Amino acid sequence: MLRYALKRIIVALPVLFGVLAVTFFMVRLIPGDPCTAQLGEKATPQVCASFIAAKGLDKPILVQFGVYLGDILRGDFGTSIRLARPVTQLIAERLPLTVELGVFALLIAMVVGIPMGIIAALRRNSAVDVLTMVGSNIGVSMPIFWLGLMLAYLFALLLKGTPLQLPPSGRLTSGLTSVPFYELWRWPVDLKAGLGQVLQFFGNLYLFNSLLTFQWEIFSDALRHLVLPALALGTIPMAIIARMTRSAMLEVLGRDYVRTARAKGLAELVVTMRHAFRNALLPVVTIIGLQLGTIFGGAVLTETIFNLAGVGRILFDAINTRDYPIIQGFTLAIAIGYVLVNLLVDISYGWLDPRIRY
Amino acid sequence: MTTSTAEPMRLTTSVPSSEGPWRRAGHQFLRQRSALIGLVVIGLLAFTALFAPLLAPNDPIGVLLGKEAGIVKRSGPCVHLFGCPADQPQHIMGVDGNFRDLFSRIIYGARLSLLTGFVTVSISLVLGVLLGAVAGYLGGWLDNLIMRLLDVLLAFPFLLLAIAIVSILGPGLLNAMLGIAIVSVPAYARVIRASVLTVREEDYVLAARAIGVPPVSILFGHIMPNAVSPLIVQATLGIGTAILDVAALSFLGLGAQPPTPEWGSMLSAERNQVFTAPHLVFLPGLAIMLTVLGFNLIGDGLRDALDPRLKR
Repeated sequence: MLRYALKRIIVALPVLFGVLAVTFFMVRLIPGDPCTAQLGEKATPQVCASFIAAKGLDKPILVQFGVYLGDILRGDFGTSIRLARPVTQLIAERLPLTVELGVFALLIAMVVGIPMGIIAALRRNSAVDVLTMVGSNIGVSMPIFWLGLMLAYLFALLLKGTPLQLPPSGRLTSGLTSVPFYELWRWPVDLKAGLGQVLQFFGNLYLFNSLLTFQWEIFSDALRHLVLPALALGTIPMAIIARMTRSAMLEVLGRDYVRTARAKGLAELVVTMRHAFRNALLPVVTIIGLQLGTIFGGAVLTETIFNLAGVGRILFDAINTRDYPIIQGFTLAIAIGYVLVNLLVDISYGWLDPRIRY
Repeated sequence: MTTSTAEPMRLTTSVPSSEGPWRRAGHQFLRQRSALIGLVVIGLLAFTALFAPLLAPNDPIGVLLGKEAGIVKRSGPCVHLFGCPADQPQHIMGVDGNFRDLFSRIIYGARLSLLTGFVTVSISLVLGVLLGAVAGYLGGWLDNLIMRLLDVLLAFPFLLLAIAIVSILGPGLLNAMLGIAIVSVPAYARVIRASVLTVREEDYVLAARAIGVPPVSILFGHIMPNAVSPLIVQATLGIGTAILDVAALSFLGLGAQPPTPEWGSMLSAERNQVFTAPHLVFLPGLAIMLTVLGFNLIGDGLRDALDPRLKR
């Protein structure tokens, strides 16, 4: 299995190189130069010349690409042109929000979608089944941005004053701050160093950090802020997962070994979960892995609606201001995450179905 | 093989052997309730788009301020029949932030929505078919090169890549369609390539090659017909996705620009008013959802009808 994983990583390397090359050259095709995009009125030819020389943008493009590749290999993702801060630091700041949002959304999608799919398959053509299928059809047809706004309207306005009221924007109620664990525990951390940025990443996972340090008020507040965006983001994956679970279960429930399991008197729950669902998991896991793309793309929309400063937002802003290093660095980080998750999905096949040999 | 079909009706299907495959598929399709619902929704949409000038009470981009007495900015739906005071002008879906009749805008939006769906899918179909057919038929290093390039495209989150492409091309409805089309190419190319690979070594293809049929004729005359049904399914489902994604780009300000009556940008323009004038957000979004739902239902129905292996 280790050999297989290594092989897969090696195969993924050209794709990652392609991602690097595509982002590098594509962002340079964006019309308008970073100088005028950021300095605006002040961008006189003289100012721009020194600006561009300072950022190394006057060198031949292949040289720029070579320099960039070397930097990446050394873990240096460059410095944001507009914010004048290292991209790795920005990643450590912004990525946690999107990771938390995405994981929470996927969790909701799985916790609701899988049982719905199982029940629908067990009671085929029943009201539950019809409802699940109609619901999943509607779910995949909804624009995320519309669903998000409607959820905000429902939970922040219509349900105002009830216990179900939920905040429609931001990560925390203003006035509350999440203290990262390394500050609370007075660790001597250099936030500019590589390790410091890793710690910063985990510290910025508000839910994780507040659990670790027992800041319960922060935990519940952050959770409440996350519910609406995660619901909006999780609905499409939920619908897709429910549908896939249902059809995979239907396929398996008709098999002989399920009939045998029933015939030998096993409890229905054991038959369903151990015999049927276990064998239906493979396509379900595959489809869950594929949802990552939907989640990252949807994050731009969700973060826009719920006013969250995550990866989607910073990328969108960076494209508008031609902030090349941010676009390249974040895209690369996302693509690496993508490749890793797909790798995990592939490796999990062998664990889910021991018949599969690598 | 489970004896399962979603509708019990199909179990009794006895197909006369004289029927051709397309007729049979047509019958299968029409036997599905959900597919029929989809057909009705899209039929209504097409009707609305076609007769928009007759159906819309107002000019979709005409500002009514000063032209109509008593018009109120962002006022809710007002139907005289349902108890709306007679001194208020009737706007059955309300008035938007620029004193325009929302109903008329939504009706004209049907045109743009259908247009974006079909144009986007057509572009990706052409590109996808070309790339997939060449890769599958010629094979070798060219196949490898094309498929690896498409893999790179797939390594990006769909919408983010589309955003990047549109920012290169510049915002606008046509560029948004192009962006979504380019990002969707890998899906089509893969379908085509897979079909080409399965029949490339069949006897009838080898025979055609042996008697000297030119490669292009082999490709389009002998190989492609095998790929038509998965393509039809992919394209129909793709229309729904394309409409959804172009609307998302418009929502982000990268697609249709105001005052174009495009549903995504209409919704975007009023999104900060969701708490005060929810109808301006709710109704355009509902229109998008119904349209996408219609195409998805048709696509699912076509898949069940065209692919006998996929019967569920």
